[in-house]
Amino acid sequence: MPRLIEVEQLNKFHKSGDAPLHVLKDLSFAIDEGEMVAVTGASGSGKSTLLNILGILDDYDSGRYTLAGTLMRGLSERKAAQYRNRFIGFVFQSFNLLPFKTALDNVALPLYYQGVGRTKRRRLAADLLSKVGLSDRAHHHPEELSGGQKQRVAIARALITRPSLLLADEPTGALDSVTAASIMELLEELNREGTTLLMVTHEPSIAARAARRIVLHDGRVVS
Amino acid sequence: MFGLDAANELLQLLWRNRVRTALTALAVSWGIFLLVILVALGRGLENGAVHDFRDDAVNSIWIRGMKVSLPFNGRAPGRKVQFKNADLLALQRRLNGIEHLSGRYYVSGNFAVSHGSKSAHFDIRGVHPDHVFLEKTLITDGRFINPRDIDERRKVAVIGPLVQKALFGDQPYLGHEIQIRGVIYQVVGLYDDEGGRGELSRIYIPISTAQLVYHGSDNIHHILFTVGEASNEQSAAMEQRARSLLSERHGISLADRRALNINNNLIRFQKVSEIFRWISAFVWLVGLGTLLAGVVGVSNILLISVQERSVEIGIRKALGATPLALVRMVLSEALVITLLAGYFGLFSGVALVEFARPWFADSDLVRNPEVDLKSSLIALAILVSAAMIAGAAPAWRAALVKPIVAMRSL
Repeated sequence: MPRLIEVEQLNKFHKSGDAPLHVLKDLSFAIDEGEMVAVTGASGSGKSTLLNILGILDDYDSGRYTLAGTLMRGLSERKAAQYRNRFIGFVFQSFNLLPFKTALDNVALPLYYQGVGRTKRRRLAADLLSKVGLSDRAHHHPEELSGGQKQRVAIARALITRPSLLLADEPTGALDSVTAASIMELLEELNREGTTLLMVTHEPSIAARAARRIVLHDGRVVS
Repeated sequence: MFGLDAANELLQLLWRNRVRTALTALAVSWGIFLLVILVALGRGLENGAVHDFRDDAVNSIWIRGMKVSLPFNGRAPGRKVQFKNADLLALQRRLNGIEHLSGRYYVSGNFAVSHGSKSAHFDIRGVHPDHVFLEKTLITDGRFINPRDIDERRKVAVIGPLVQKALFGDQPYLGHEIQIRGVIYQVVGLYDDEGGRGELSRIYIPISTAQLVYHGSDNIHHILFTVGEASNEQSAAMEQRARSLLSERHGISLADRRALNINNNLIRFQKVSEIFRWISAFVWLVGLGTLLAGVVGVSNILLISVQERSVEIGIRKALGATPLALVRMVLSEALVITLLAGYFGLFSGVALVEFARPWFADSDLVRNPEVDLKSSLIALAILVSAAMIAGAAPAWRAALVKPIVAMRSL
């Protein structure tokens, strides 16, 4: 399988207070297309920061991060936005749906920023909603959906641009165990269909479902 | 910049915050409303002042003899300067550039004027034929005083519409007689004048007749002339030459500014016009200040809005919104609020001005307040730029929101 992510000697400092905090220390790893990887570690181990960097939401201080053959370094906000839109789908712990939009419009939103026409956007969004089993909820607002349904909408939204990489930040963190299991099944199914999945979690049972684990401790990869 | 989707988003947003939107819109509306009203008032003031001049020829110079205030050539001050027919002739001969020239003889006191059984008091003036140009008198029926009336000292009269109404009512008046304290005059003309009531209740008679009948010998009370197309400087020069000529004839020191009362309408008019240009500028300044307050309001609201929506903006960024797209989003919000509210303010302002106009049609102070197309367009342009200024800071802030805030939204 071709390389999707390559991280070499990555360092990140947080510039808060007097002394910069060394958050990520000489991180190096690689992820191939189609893999399912769990990043785990105690809170404060730097896993969220790593996710932000991988999601091009944050920059790093030294080293290299290559995504789908493109070096992600010192990008302008515009470029970063375009790469995020094209390469990455985000699934957040708190779903991050826009409350004033229907499930359908939430799913279609990333395509709006690609300049895709309204009709096509809505058709693709409807397809994805049916794929995550929420066809009948398309015109509901997030407040009318359960937690699991919200996360399904968020996953559909993350997938609509056909990203190379699905980044999930504690995707089941706000869900009960039954719902969490069903969300994990959905993610596994997507992975089997070819989506590369990287998720951050501190729950061992969730991490155990991934084929591969990257364990962070104090800013370093320990296994 | 403004697709259907963006419009939809914007409407949703404005509706979600409808109270806030309404209050902000009110501030902008109020600003532009006041601007329109102020500009209209300023224009009205200006119209009133210009109208004040309309009744007389703007390019006219009016000279009156007053008391001599300085000794000169061995003559003591204190005597009154009395113009004579010869002064008028001298001016005509020696002052180049005079277009129309007339003397005026005030028949002092309100004389009882009668026709048949009807009688009233009117203002009576003896004038030359050219006087018709100086007061911008409009002959609506018959004729004005002519040179033959002067030469033959005819007893003819040109009457104002109020005189005609009072003495003749609906009866024919041309060729009919009126009596001015026992002396019979024939009405030869009816005039109209754009001045006020006072201007419309006068009786003009030949100056030679007035001098003869009312024991004026060859006295003239007021000398009036117009300067044609003369510029300000030329007009001032003519005023100066007239002063020196008359001073010389009457043995007045040239330094004696009080002996001759000279009114140069052209220069006065220009001074007044200048004052009104300043007033107009001031009015715009005040109006813009009010508008600025509205703009600051919009800017504040947008800043709050961006602040409140930082999570939403973060999510949008994570989903691929470029800074430009976010700047557009905020700017279009500013644009829509200011344009809709501004249009409403503009519309109500213009509506109020148009509605109130009839009440000011005849007023002297504020006359015909109006908002012209140019002012409206300027106001509109100001609005649009105001919207852009109002949106600039919040848009910038929105563009700079870190997408990570979306991750921290727990």
